Amino acid sequence: MNSKTPVIQLKNVSKTFGEVRSLSEVNIEIYPGEIVGLLGDNGAGKSTLVKTIMGFHRPDEGGEIWFKGEKITDWNVAKARELGIETIYQERALCEQQPIWRNMFMGREIKNKFGRLDVKRMKSEATRLMSEHMGFTSTAVHPDNAVLTMSGGEKQGVAITRALYFDAELVILDEPTVGLSLSETKKTLDFIQNIKKSGRSAIFIDHNIFHIYPAVDRMIVLDRGKVAGNYKKSDITMDELIESMYRVARTGSIKE
Amino acid sequence: MSENKDSKVKNNAARPPSFWRRFGMQFGIWSVGIFMWLIFVVTASEAFTSKDIYLAFASSTPLFALMAIPLTLIVITGEIDLSFPAVMALATATFAKIYSGTGNIWVGFIAALVVGTLCGYFNGWLVTWFGIPSLVITIGTSFLFRGIELAWMNGSGVGLTDDKLLGVANLLVGRSFFGIANQFWWTILATLVLWFILNRTQFGAHVFLTGDNKTSAQLMGVNVNRVKRRTFAIMGFFAAFAGLVASFEVSYFWPTLGEGLLMNSIAAVFLGGTSVFGGVGTVTGTFVGSFIIGAINAGIVASGINAFFTQVFFGLVIILSVIMQAVISKRIKR
Ligand SMILES: Nc1ncnc2c1ncn2[C@@H]1O[C@H](COP(=O)(O)OP(=O)(O)O)[C@@H](O)[C@H]1O
Ligand SMILES: [Mg+2]
Repeated sequence: MNSKTPVIQLKNVSKTFGEVRSLSEVNIEIYPGEIVGLLGDNGAGKSTLVKTIMGFHRPDEGGEIWFKGEKITDWNVAKARELGIETIYQERALCEQQPIWRNMFMGREIKNKFGRLDVKRMKSEATRLMSEHMGFTSTAVHPDNAVLTMSGGEKQGVAITRALYFDAELVILDEPTVGLSLSETKKTLDFIQNIKKSGRSAIFIDHNIFHIYPAVDRMIVLDRGKVAGNYKKSDITMDELIESMYRVARTGSIKE
Repeated sequence: MSENKDSKVKNNAARPPSFWRRFGMQFGIWSVGIFMWLIFVVTASEAFTSKDIYLAFASSTPLFALMAIPLTLIVITGEIDLSFPAVMALATATFAKIYSGTGNIWVGFIAALVVGTLCGYFNGWLVTWFGIPSLVITIGTSFLFRGIELAWMNGSGVGLTDDKLLGVANLLVGRSFFGIANQFWWTILATLVLWFILNRTQFGAHVFLTGDNKTSAQLMGVNVNRVKRRTFAIMGFFAAFAGLVASFEVSYFWPTLGEGLLMNSIAAVFLGGTSVFGGVGTVTGTFVGSFIIGAINAGIVASGINAFFTQVFFGLVIILSVIMQAVISKRIKR
């Protein structure tokens, strides 16, 4: 695979829910080692785009998803994760009555060669990850504790650590900093830099341009389900970006 | 205990959940069981200090415990099955018909288990394909399965006293070790097997996730519909097995087989600490719950209390245990 082959490419992807068209003929590609910021107002279709990439939503007839230069048929979440895409969903996707270790390995449980769950290993890995990567020292964080006993930031920590564990080639973060403290936000932004350093890709969704701009290589603006802008960071200053975001919100068009 | 010490050494900041958080529910179930037992030992000391009553438990409780245990998995996924008594009957009818037609016991036996499993799978398919609440659709299939069975049997029963059937009857419901009924050992085996499936397989892990938060599980790649279909299929398999056990126990296949077992099984599951809301439950809890229900049935009669009071007792114990669940889960959330 050369670096010109996108990790993931959407061709003509639309998504309609009954009467609502959440995505409209979206064409996007993400290259290896690239961090892409995805911007757009509430309801622009960012989360729908993420869930379509993950195979949770099936694109409308005619839309195609390509992974590393191959057209994917029968896309589903389990397959997407197996191929190396992990997502930190906006809604966290935790099962709160379950212990941390079950959440950490949700859908990708560790098994031994006879297919028996390796519960001991999942617990010890969960403990290691939580202390090494999230630096948790709170007494609430024991792998047997139910997620509902944790604070909002700690819950987000579980979702982030989970995405980190599987060494994904593409990590998608959907508004990961909402509700986090300053230090937790910094940890999350560091996490994105680590993805870049290790040559992997990420899609980063956030409402805060001051979080997005320094972290990414490229920015895609989504407006009412359409791609309204696609900028290399070298082609646009932060002020120009803010200006064009306002223009999109006002007029629905990126151009003057 | 040693496990706690270990994790403290590795990470001195992390503390395991308290004893109450972990075992509160189990502790509660056992307390209710022991409390009930003490009441009966006092009020019916003659009966409850002789071993006969315990032998009677061991033979009668498995008839519904064998179904309460797999039902636990369905309830953990947030669904329910009301059709298993009818599945018992339809599967056992299959055995009776095939045996009388071919004279081959094992073909009939396996056919019964297959029919039971398929009935269960059919329930699961209706629930997941059409998105119909299982509470409603299994009322429908309950009539359907029962109706097919009654029409097929023409409403009449079959004796299972044939000499050739002695072997299988002995295997299923014979007496061994101090006269304990074999169905008791089958119930223990079912508990162990389903414990393993629930706690040590990926499918089991997905049962918990499906019932806890279906959307989260789906977002992380769990095929929640397949999980549900499988839990219903397992239920059907055990209903068929329980149907054979119950029929061989009385050496007769009654076309009304299964009637009266529905409420006992469901009560045992909730009494055993499985959450009405899904996501939480244990098969060992259901096992204990079943024997508490069995003890109430027998204890009321042995205490000389008017049998009409059985229902009052049932009601109180079930309401108390569900309240206990609510209180404990509130404490955990704190
Ligand atoms: N499962 C769904 N069913 C119906 N409408 C949906 C669904 N998911 C999203 N939508 C609609 O799609 C639009 C885009 O939503 P979303 O992707 O969540 O936007 P964003 O993440 O950019 O805020 C909204 O109008 C929302 O109501
Ligand atoms: Mg969103």
